[in-house]
Amino acid sequence: MKNKIDLEITVPNQTRYLSLIGKIGVDLARVVDQFHGDREAFAHHLNMVLTEAVVNAIKHANAADPHKEVQIRIRLSDKELFIRVYDQGRGFDLCGVPDPAFAPGQLEDKGRGIFIIRSLMDSVEYKKAKGGNVLEMRKRLG
Amino acid sequence: MNLKTEANDKLTVIFVREERLDAHNSEELKAEMNRLFEGGTRDILIDLKEVRFIDSSGLGVLVSGFKNASTRQGSLKLCGLQTQVRSMFELTRLHRVFDIFQTVDEALESV
Repeated sequence: MKNKIDLEITVPNQTRYLSLIGKIGVDLARVVDQFHGDREAFAHHLNMVLTEAVVNAIKHANAADPHKEVQIRIRLSDKELFIRVYDQGRGFDLCGVPDPAFAPGQLEDKGRGIFIIRSLMDSVEYKKAKGGNVLEMRKRLG
Repeated sequence: MNLKTEANDKLTVIFVREERLDAHNSEELKAEMNRLFEGGTRDILIDLKEVRFIDSSGLGVLVSGFKNASTRQGSLKLCGLQTQVRSMFELTRLHRVFDIFQTVDEALESV
């Protein structure tokens, strides 16, 4: 039987916890029986996706309010990895986030986080949930 | 954030001595670059050989430095990218923007 894992982590709305959350992604990638590709790249991608999603919640949804919290739920089933990041903020329009400009003359400092998440996961949704919003990200396995 | 800055006659090198360059610490690198630019430094090389992880905030700070250098007719170059760090430059196409070298010595030889 393949391993099924359900993790729930809640951290204060502060960037000092990013490394902790990223490392959970790295360690998780090392124990996923269902994954058969480049495990080091997979570990890096989970580190990246979790970091970007939590930064998005901290800075954009929760407006950097240190008294708020970010909740992360990670569910590993037979066929997919399902990551949800809950914020307590007003939210934003995911569809309204454009891909970053690539031409050297049009470079912006910001705006690559959602692009990176979309590039590394199979589906990304953002919706209302329990006093805030949730960013839902799915990755097929096997 | 653990940064070390060394100036020589060709370039000023900032060594980023951190495993992660992310939303938690990248503003300190931005402040160091701004301090150097405002002090008259034109050409900066960032050595990332100790960095194993960079997020979009870290990339954004490097883009900010690149734009700042360009405005001042200077340059911002990079060296020492580890495999996973380089993969993020490639994903975001930023490897086409920066001059990227293997080592500090290679970057100095190019000047």
